[in-house]
Amino acid sequence: MKSFTNANPRDVAHAVALSAQAHGANRSVSFAGGGSDLLALVKDRIVAPDVIVNLKTVKGLDQVAAAPGGLTVGALVTLDALDRHPVVRRDHAALAEAAGSVATPQIRNVGTIGGNICQRPWCWYYRNGFPCLKNGGNTCFSANGENQFHAIFGGGPSYIVHPSDTAPALVALDATFRVVGPAGERMVPAAEFFILPRDDAKRENVLAPDEILASVHVPAARRGTRSTYHKILDREAWTHAVVSAAIVLELEGGVCRLARIVLGGVAPVPWRVPEAERVLVGQRITPELAAQAGEAAVSGARPLAKNGYKVPLTRNLVRRTLVELAARA
Amino acid sequence: MAKPTDDHEISRRELLEGAGATLAAVATVSALEAQPAAAQSVTTNDTVPRTTIRVAVNGMRHRIEVEDRWTLAELLRDRLGLTGTKLGCERGECGACTVLLDGTPVYSCSHLAVWADGRSVQTVEGLARDGRLDPLQQTFAEHDAPQCGFCTSGQLMSARALLNANPHPTADDVRAAMAGNLCRCSNYNRYVEAILAAAASPRSRG
Ligand SMILES: Cc1cc2nc3c(=O)[nH]c(=O)nc-3n(C[C@H](O)[C@H](O)[C@H](O)COP(=O)(O)OP(=O)(O)OC[C@H]3O[C@@H](n4cnc5c(N)ncnc54)[C@H](O)[C@@H]3O)c2cc1C
Ligand code: FES
Ligand code: FES
Repeated sequence: MKSFTNANPRDVAHAVALSAQAHGANRSVSFAGGGSDLLALVKDRIVAPDVIVNLKTVKGLDQVAAAPGGLTVGALVTLDALDRHPVVRRDHAALAEAAGSVATPQIRNVGTIGGNICQRPWCWYYRNGFPCLKNGGNTCFSANGENQFHAIFGGGPSYIVHPSDTAPALVALDATFRVVGPAGERMVPAAEFFILPRDDAKRENVLAPDEILASVHVPAARRGTRSTYHKILDREAWTHAVVSAAIVLELEGGVCRLARIVLGGVAPVPWRVPEAERVLVGQRITPELAAQAGEAAVSGARPLAKNGYKVPLTRNLVRRTLVELAARA
Repeated sequence: MAKPTDDHEISRRELLEGAGATLAAVATVSALEAQPAAAQSVTTNDTVPRTTIRVAVNGMRHRIEVEDRWTLAELLRDRLGLTGTKLGCERGECGACTVLLDGTPVYSCSHLAVWADGRSVQTVEGLARDGRLDPLQQTFAEHDAPQCGFCTSGQLMSARALLNANPHPTADDVRAAMAGNLCRCSNYNRYVEAILAAAASPRSRG
């Protein structure tokens, strides 16, 4: 691997300061959570940090704190810990299920929620070092190339799909992210954290170079709320979603009061489908209604040459997930 | 160049030393047809950052200087000579390099050695005790689970972590716990059988 300095910060402010200090000396910096994504990028020379700021030494960032207003999940909480956390499983099942669906036990043991949200795209052109938009070039090779796994919504000029499993769940659960940088901290709603390539093709979220995602706040579940995460893979484990759906429903006497449906694997950001949500509100969720919602979910899809199969996959996933979630006790 | 890791500031000297590497880094990102050599030519041994860490490996405590860029697998295999841990993909995609870090299975190819500071590592070499095989090693052999054997040490470590946490797993528990270990010889069913047999054996906790 390329040589670099590993720096161990004490706290979040120290981590941010080390990054700013290194940038000031013209050195490139990467933050590391578990490193399961970062180290592969370094080995492949896609990113070339002179300094790795190792967030694992930041005290307290690996805690889940439950309060009446909701849960605060530190950026270093591992996916395995989230998957096992009793309050997350009970009140925010979509998040536990999304965390538990990532890769393999070994990756969930080191992979952090912060790293999961901030992981770089897994587009094969980007990862293989093509001079594409994500690598600082001016073309997206997938647009007219091998685009089997690329975006059917929100694409252009880059057609990557956002790879995180937990991101759609967090948008559906209406989470807020605490972002800390040299100038202090700001709270960013999960739905506004991710950015489309048409706004900036080089990055996937609003983080500035010295900023870190410090924690995630998930508001307390309202009465009658249930949620789930379903993921379709091209094999049984160890890979990103071809299509996934995070759905939150608030039911009162069997009638849907609120629905949030967020898709993964189909767009450069977690993709909310209000068209499908509107079909459900004020109604009882029958199989027929779920099928209508599935139709509505794909009404805006713009598939590329080789990923048209994602349209029926998405439609059916939304239908099936709704039927299953509505029937849950 | 050994430095304590507890309170690790980037010193001014290191910042200046790294300036040359930055130029190479920029070149690598902008011209992706990249000459791998270009990045390394400025990275002579003298300017490779190193850190002294404390790590217990199979119960033996080491105080050892590592290059910051070494993976845990490189420390184990190349420095400590523990070549039972295998490297297949180097990318978190095969599981051959699985070791236990504080009892938890991780891919040692995808974890830095410096991050293991203050922690304990168990490798396949640490499974047998006083000349007695771990029950998993015994049943792996009895069930002909290893074929070429390249994935086996990783399979053993995942299986050991499973039985430590759950001494009486179901076949589905075993499959879920072993989902991060590929076997190119595809002897998955034998591995599951062997793990269940080890769990059923009188001395299942190795
Ligand atoms: C074979 C394989 C399969 C995978 N399958 C899946 C999958 O199914 N689903 C999935 O979602 N992911 C998958 N991943 C991707 C990834 O490994 C996991 O998402 C993991 O959770 C990343 O977390 P980490 O802490 O290891 O990230 P790291 O590697 O530490 O970081 C990832 C990126 O985020 C940045 N970063 C990390 N933490 C922060 C922070 N707090 N603030 C700002 N930036 C930060 C890093 O600089 C880096 O760019 C897979 C990876 C591999 C190798
Ligand atoms: S060598 Fe580490 S997972 Fe393949
Ligand atoms: S025994 Fe050959 S790879 Fe598993």
